[in-house]
Amino acid sequence: MSDVHIIGAGIHPFGRTADMSGLDQGVFAVREALADAGLEWSDMQFAFGGSSAAGNADAALPRLGLTGVQFINISNGCATGGSSLLSGYWAIKSGEFDLGVVLGFDKHPRGAFNADPEASGLPLWYGETGMMLTTQFFAMKIRRYMDLYGISETSLGRVAVKAFENASRTPHAWRREPVGLQVVMSSDMLSDPLTKYMFCSPAEGGVALILASDKKMRELGLSGPRVRGAAVRTRPRGSFEVFAPSLDVERGVAPTVLASKAAYEMAGVGPEDIGVAQIQDTESGAEIMHMAENGFCADGEQEGMLAEGVTNLDGRLPINTDGGCLACGEPVGASGLRQVYENVQQLRGRAEGRQVADAKLGYSQVYGAPGLSAVAILEA
Amino acid sequence: MSVAVAEGVFVERSDGPRLIAGRRKSDGEMRFPMPKGADAALYDPVELAPEGKLWSYTVQRFRPKTPPYIGADDEKTFKPFAVGYVEFAGQVIVEGRILIEDPSRLKIGLPMKVAIEDFPTSTRGDVATYAFRPA
Repeated sequence: MSDVHIIGAGIHPFGRTADMSGLDQGVFAVREALADAGLEWSDMQFAFGGSSAAGNADAALPRLGLTGVQFINISNGCATGGSSLLSGYWAIKSGEFDLGVVLGFDKHPRGAFNADPEASGLPLWYGETGMMLTTQFFAMKIRRYMDLYGISETSLGRVAVKAFENASRTPHAWRREPVGLQVVMSSDMLSDPLTKYMFCSPAEGGVALILASDKKMRELGLSGPRVRGAAVRTRPRGSFEVFAPSLDVERGVAPTVLASKAAYEMAGVGPEDIGVAQIQDTESGAEIMHMAENGFCADGEQEGMLAEGVTNLDGRLPINTDGGCLACGEPVGASGLRQVYENVQQLRGRAEGRQVADAKLGYSQVYGAPGLSAVAILEA
Repeated sequence: MSVAVAEGVFVERSDGPRLIAGRRKSDGEMRFPMPKGADAALYDPVELAPEGKLWSYTVQRFRPKTPPYIGADDEKTFKPFAVGYVEFAGQVIVEGRILIEDPSRLKIGLPMKVAIEDFPTSTRGDVATYAFRPA
């Protein structure tokens, strides 16, 4: 069994790039990652990659080189990127391979994500009568959470303000203009209590990471953060997930709670050891709820933490230091890897303008449909 | 009376409509709607209580995408509607449209009852669907 390191990282800036396909952006990211490590595509022994709406990732092969490399397409909903990382991690950990790449990219149409009831195993009427919207799910999950744990609308606003402030310092972010609390709070209400600036938008982008065994990394004379823990978990009974016409009266925990616990156990660390975190912020409320689901606080403590700036760049636990999904947008196949990319930059001291001081452990968590969560913990 | 949005989703009783859920024979887990197809044999149909309590809610402020939405409205005529989950004690929590003039009156825990709503569609004329309204 070998330790696994991330020795190269590449990204195509998130947002909208009219003249590039999703695949183009994925290929761009792979070339950037290879250049970052000073390696060639022909050095790669394996690749795991995926997109949700921009085609098969292995369509990148003719562009990168038909080397015969083992390339496996990954499709795992919103945890596609996290699943690619986990697959690459296992490939090296097992001792079968010692150098490879994981990639994720996407390009979604504007507006709300398309929803197909039958593809999700739901009755047609659920979509026909206007209930099949991810935005409604997120609004109802945070509405109940706010009621149970005393979270205010202002806290929702503070999360968005932080996102755009951090993004203004991040070259790969999409929405890079700071936005004030008043503007966030008074922007169009999309699904109460969430306004336009509190939701992320479907977007585009590509990310690639080069993984290597400890031995290979040293042979190559390279360095990079070590993957201390990585886990994907799916919804347990009683969790509240998107597109659910009904819920069990006996409530259970979220898949994030399971993935988080598994990753901490693998890493042998706890939430108090984490120095910087990227967590799923599909909307402002998701970041707030995920702070607790990932163990960073008890339910309800977020209200005080946000007021005190604990999760700001200069706080005790900076969260979503590149602006997260709120400011980078959501290309489903790439988002999970963007979080890891950002942690790599932070842990290598390359996050100029938004660098977190003295972070030794970086935590990332991506969550989404149909109810799954992927966590990765990196060590500088 | 309009045609029901689908067969077996709700039933009219003399004292009002009831939703039809399914109770899994093996472990009693309830889900709504009653499963169809191959899974149906694993469930017994159960009529839910006529009233429950609001579990969570929101207001849909923009017109949902078509497809799958088939409301007869368009971007200009669309009127925001409330939607939420109602907990039927000891049974199951069900999502539905909410009939209410002023959504700011909605509060978690508010008693709600099952209603039937005439829902104008662009493809099938008016259909009858279930909804919730304050009890």
